[in-house]
Amino acid sequence: MADPMRIRANMLGDKVEVRVLMAHEMETGQRKDASGAIVPAHFIQNVTVTHAGKTVLSAQWGTSISKNPFMHFRFKGGKPGEKVTITWVDNKGERRTDEAVIGGGS
Amino acid sequence: MSFPRLLPAVLVGVLAASVPCVCQAQDDTQKEVERYRQLLAEGNPADLFEAKGEELWKTPRGPRKASLEQCDLGLGAGVVKGAFARLPRYSADTDRVQDLESRIVTCMVTLQGFKQEDITKNPFSAPGRPSDLEALASYVAGESKGMKLAAPLDHPKEMEAFRIGERLFYRRAGPHDFACVSCHGENGKRIRLQELPKLTDPNDARKIFTSWPAYRVSQGTVRTMQHRLYDCYWQMRHPQMDYTSEASIALQVFMAKYAKGGEIRAPGLKR
Repeated sequence: MADPMRIRANMLGDKVEVRVLMAHEMETGQRKDASGAIVPAHFIQNVTVTHAGKTVLSAQWGTSISKNPFMHFRFKGGKPGEKVTITWVDNKGERRTDEAVIGGGS
Repeated sequence: MSFPRLLPAVLVGVLAASVPCVCQAQDDTQKEVERYRQLLAEGNPADLFEAKGEELWKTPRGPRKASLEQCDLGLGAGVVKGAFARLPRYSADTDRVQDLESRIVTCMVTLQGFKQEDITKNPFSAPGRPSDLEALASYVAGESKGMKLAAPLDHPKEMEAFRIGERLFYRRAGPHDFACVSCHGENGKRIRLQELPKLTDPNDARKIFTSWPAYRVSQGTVRTMQHRLYDCYWQMRHPQMDYTSEASIALQVFMAKYAKGGEIRAPGLKR
């Protein structure tokens, strides 16, 4: 059911600049619906970014991250044409993996 | 202690520095707000809706198992690029003036075989109930990004819609005796921190009209021009604006005249 991420990865000097947009409800578990029942928590817990078999970013997220989160970071050691792979896993065990090819950029 | 004696000098210095800076401080605030918006725009979640809309557009759906790829948005069957920059406009096949959303609905009915009542029953998304129309509108609008708005105003029905829109825009009504012009008729007005565009001023209209549909951060979803009008009518305590009604399209024809030449920046990003 999870919709694809939008990933943009480009060289910025000697680093790779990555921008990721994830489609996720990020429910905190503290909201109530129209009938007063609590909307169950549903949020991304782990985000992993790998490049050439190495983990370049690993994050533990919680309910304070917004709906449809946007993440922006840079890492060293990537080259144009190589792939960046991003995976998220949420508290219900749902997951989504997408990859992007590093572009030339500036 | 020398501190108390220093204080007056410091105060004078602060005052002297602040007096010529009042206007500059406002400029700076505006600039910072612009910078903040730019930063947000880099990660505009409307991108996700565009992608979803594109998928919906190209997937065979509905009772006829057809995609929307043959939809005629005004530039011929199958042309999506640039179509949004030429809307609203008169459509010969339906014999009425149509905006982006009413045209998408027409295609969903004629090509895919959906029932009009079913699609337009819940056109706006709510938590747990996503809206295909919001995604489709994002996709089609995004395909005109960077182009200049040039909605036609030649056909007699387009002229008629313009005049209806003009009447609606200026006509005060309802328990608050409000009209669109009550909020959108003067420059430099705002509600709390929200600037109110003067919709008959091309400078404002070009920026605003071309930025819908837009991702609303406070609502966590893309909202369309139809939703904007629906919400304005609710805020004015006027009768409910029906989705893709003649009135809703007439108002857009009216606004589009002043927004002509504005660069399409949809889907935008808003509070």
